[in-house]
Amino acid sequence: MSARTLYDKLWDSHVVREEQDGTCLLYIDRQLVHEVTSPQAFEGLRLAGRKPWRVAANLATPDHNVPTTAAERHGGVQGIVDPISRIQVDTLDHNCAEFGITEFHMDDVRQGIVHVVGPEQGATLPGMTVVCGDSHTSTHGAFGALAHGIGTSEVEHVLATQCLIQKKSKAMQVVIDGPVGAGVTAKDIVLAIIGEIGTAGGTGYAIEFAGQGITDLSIEGRMTVCNMAIEAGARAGFVAVDQKTIDYVKGRPYAPKGEDWEKAVSAWQNLHSDEGAVFDKTVVIEGASIQPQVTWGTSPEMVVPVDAKVPNPANESDSVKADGMRRALDYMGLQADTPITGIRVDKVFIGSCTNSRIEDLRAAAEVAEGRKVADNIKLAMVVPGSGLVKKQAEEEGLDRIFVEAGFEWREPGCSMCLAMNADRLEPGERCASTSNRNFEGRQGKGGRTHLVSPAMAAAAAVAGHFVDVRGLQK
Amino acid sequence: MQKFEKFTGVVCPLDRSNVDTDAIIPKQFLKSIKRTGFGPNLFDEWRYLDHGEPGMDNSQRPLNPDFALNDPRYAGARILLARENFGCGSSREHAPWALADYGFRVIIAPSFADIFFNNSFKNGILPIVLPADVVDGLFEKASGPEALQIAVDLQAQVLTVSDGEQIGFEVDAFRKHCLLEGLDDIGLTLQHVDDIRAYEERRKSEAPWLFG
Ligand code: SF4
Repeated sequence: MSARTLYDKLWDSHVVREEQDGTCLLYIDRQLVHEVTSPQAFEGLRLAGRKPWRVAANLATPDHNVPTTAAERHGGVQGIVDPISRIQVDTLDHNCAEFGITEFHMDDVRQGIVHVVGPEQGATLPGMTVVCGDSHTSTHGAFGALAHGIGTSEVEHVLATQCLIQKKSKAMQVVIDGPVGAGVTAKDIVLAIIGEIGTAGGTGYAIEFAGQGITDLSIEGRMTVCNMAIEAGARAGFVAVDQKTIDYVKGRPYAPKGEDWEKAVSAWQNLHSDEGAVFDKTVVIEGASIQPQVTWGTSPEMVVPVDAKVPNPANESDSVKADGMRRALDYMGLQADTPITGIRVDKVFIGSCTNSRIEDLRAAAEVAEGRKVADNIKLAMVVPGSGLVKKQAEEEGLDRIFVEAGFEWREPGCSMCLAMNADRLEPGERCASTSNRNFEGRQGKGGRTHLVSPAMAAAAAVAGHFVDVRGLQK
Repeated sequence: MQKFEKFTGVVCPLDRSNVDTDAIIPKQFLKSIKRTGFGPNLFDEWRYLDHGEPGMDNSQRPLNPDFALNDPRYAGARILLARENFGCGSSREHAPWALADYGFRVIIAPSFADIFFNNSFKNGILPIVLPADVVDGLFEKASGPEALQIAVDLQAQVLTVSDGEQIGFEVDAFRKHCLLEGLDDIGLTLQHVDDIRAYEERRKSEAPWLFG
């Protein structure tokens, strides 16, 4: 057989049938469900008198709307102050109960952001197809899985048929060649990639991330990179399986056991692109060239290294782009040519499915330890990705480090990543955020978001403005 | 789903690139558990001068006179003319629901974000990709003193502009068929129940841990 890419292998092993025009019925191994994009799908099932095809393939947890203060969480679902949030969480509970779907409820220690919970439970396995009604489902590609976001009609389609109607994308390979420097994280790598290829650079492609810069990363780091594949326009991003992947999965509640484990591991060894496999496009970035990154505009591609200046639209020859830059600068309240380190921030948010895992919290805590949040910071908050991450962090004493430094330590959920609950920016407020989107209004109407890594966010919190975290690290 | 019939509609030009789904329907409206009723909040942050929340009486809210949707020329528009990478950002299907609820049946742009493109078809909206220079030309015509009208013929894959210009477009044959017939994807897939079961049987023997 000719050399195949990882994408070919994942795709081929899930095709149920193929039409002449290449449209495929693709089998879905795992669906993750949350409260925002599922109510209309369940409603559709009910209206049509349909049942889920394979109940056990679904796993649900509320995340987008859940409150993150201990006080509000105390009252359970009925204690959620915002009535509409309460209805959504309540509706998820009811739907899961009615259809028999396993749900980690709001008061379950396993509750959290779907993209943190799936891998943590071993519900995401190498070689799987994983979907969720959320665009950051690409996160699960870190395990050598084919994972992408779907719309609510497709959530219903997967519930009812365990399949999706799909056409194959083109294959792109993004290689981070050689190691990255000390203090440069997965978040910096992926922001640099988006800066290079643009937010539409991956449209129509599935991206395989490869090269030493990627294989050197931990699995959690790879999740951060794959999480933002969608910000580069690609529905799916993934990394080949290696020993780290297998070690990470081993022993997790949903991971195979005994004889099945042995069989699975031997099958997973094949989950990489073959020598000589052909990609439709390859992009190579020198690992050593990547610096800690900070976005300055209203799209993740508007990103520069921390030691750079805010770009000047006058230097942009493409007039549409220059206009977009002016609009972004205006929204962000920034002057062209301002050094990034001269930008003061009002709030700091460490969390989201991009950066709320234990390693992210450790990296931020390392910077926060023994320091204080600067006086000009109105709020610095740390929101763990799941109840289990929170517990682990507390066992390691990270919560105390944060609280002593002046951070708020919250309950797990999406929180200020998208401001669907009470955690949000006020108009004009500027935030150093470890989330994945800096669109206008994403963190609250008129709010100004700068995307950074957890260590860079913690550094901004203690300095009061952006700084190169490498100057603060031991 | 409603069948997609031939129609002639007013074109509303939205001259911005990278319009994301947060802009199409801001997140505070995602909390609804229904599929309908999103139209009045389409482009909420650009369309109104105040901050919108679910449950407000939208007819009482101050309109932004500079936003295209509020321009009397484009009243009742059923065709949206947009710039590149339309529909980027989150996968929320509320975006096509809001566009459809407002009355849009066709969106023309040089490029679309994948998930949005896909979601549109499932909600009876036809997204049409045209070369950037053709889109430029349409923007010029649509921004004149008189609103531009376009006749959409999906069967023939032709747009006929009110000045007589005809523009052909590409559309995936399967999606075209579904739109024209108003077919529901789930019903179509369930015609292949035997294939799905056969796949599951084969897969269970190859990779039993996936069915644990
Ligand atoms: S953390 Fe943010 S990006 Fe991730 S699933 Fe939640 S809302 Fe979406």
